Amino acid sequence: MTMSSDRAVPGPLGDEPDVETGLLRFLELRTGRAWSADTDVFGSGGLSSLFAMELVVHLERTYGVSVRGADLQMENFRTVRRMTDLVARLRRTPADGTGG
Amino acid sequence: MAAENATPATGRRLAVLGAGVMGTGIAALAIGHGMAVSLADLDRRRLDEAPARIDHQVRTARLMGALPGGREPGALVTGLSLADLMADGTRFTAVVEAVTEDPDTKAKVLADVSALVAPGTPIISNTSAIPIGELARATARPAELVGTHFMNPPCLIGTVEVVRGARTGEPTLDALRALLAELGREAVVVDDAPGFVTSRILHPMINDAARVVAEGTASAESVDRLMQGCLGHPTGPLRTADLIGIDNLVDSLRVLHDRTGDEGSRPCALLLEMVAAGHLGRKSGRGFYTYEYEGDQA
Repeated sequence: MTMSSDRAVPGPLGDEPDVETGLLRFLELRTGRAWSADTDVFGSGGLSSLFAMELVVHLERTYGVSVRGADLQMENFRTVRRMTDLVARLRRTPADGTGG
Repeated sequence: MAAENATPATGRRLAVLGAGVMGTGIAALAIGHGMAVSLADLDRRRLDEAPARIDHQVRTARLMGALPGGREPGALVTGLSLADLMADGTRFTAVVEAVTEDPDTKAKVLADVSALVAPGTPIISNTSAIPIGELARATARPAELVGTHFMNPPCLIGTVEVVRGARTGEPTLDALRALLAELGREAVVVDDAPGFVTSRILHPMINDAARVVAEGTASAESVDRLMQGCLGHPTGPLRTADLIGIDNLVDSLRVLHDRTGDEGSRPCALLLEMVAAGHLGRKSGRGFYTYEYEGDQA
């Protein structure tokens, strides 16, 4: 398996490459175009920022994580790689039940 | 949802009547700004779903950076009626009526509210088109009634159309201005008329946009792309229609048509067909566009 140097180390579940692939497929289905893991999805010609919450809901339903509080910021959803990193981190950190 | 133990930063509590799109949106705006909310709706199912819908909106607003930092969300209490919510002696900073956009329904609710709340409590009718002067006739203290026309979603749109009825008192208007300032909204006060300013201009245009689609001149996507790309509209009229709710849009167009006689405000056949088919926009998951996650959220 080849990995770029800045890729997050896979968490205990070890399937972040699948998360990345799944997210790229989800974006392609929803937008009708191909994306790369480092493309700014909200950049020029990209998605409406209102789509960000759809991404949050998709991550939560698909990967069993809960995005709350300080994690609710656009920067975490700007690229597929960042979303993949977020899923990996949330999977490593047990939910503490705090809301926001 | 919102924590029972959260002490509202302001110590103020808003009553919101109606747990539909606008009622939950206004509740989310207040809760996101740390204000406690008591939410009433006669529909038990809608009331039960409201906390999750409000939470979704507060999270969206937080994600978009539209809420002040470092403030605990306000607490939410729900009940089947305003009387239920007041049974323990709770008093409200203001009461916002956000029930169905139907003049008779609103008048009945407002009559009940004015009979229940303490004199001096501002009563705010949230409406997209019904003249406040008409609704004021149903209330015991017309000077305490004022109108708002929040846009959807209230958390993300910073300006609110405020409607001063002919009998609205200055203290009521001042209290609403203060409330909106506390919620980080800019108030633009206008006088009373069917559809006020925004709906009077926007709704007939959306009606025309739907006619263009029905006549086959262009797709909904093309209409919106032209209005966005050429005329600078932020979302396009038909995506806006989906946000408003097609049923609500039709109700408002009828209010406008009945009161102004303007044929451009007579709801067009396509809008009526969409309502009959249950294609109500984002809240139903389908309108001029489809929404994968909205149908079960809103």
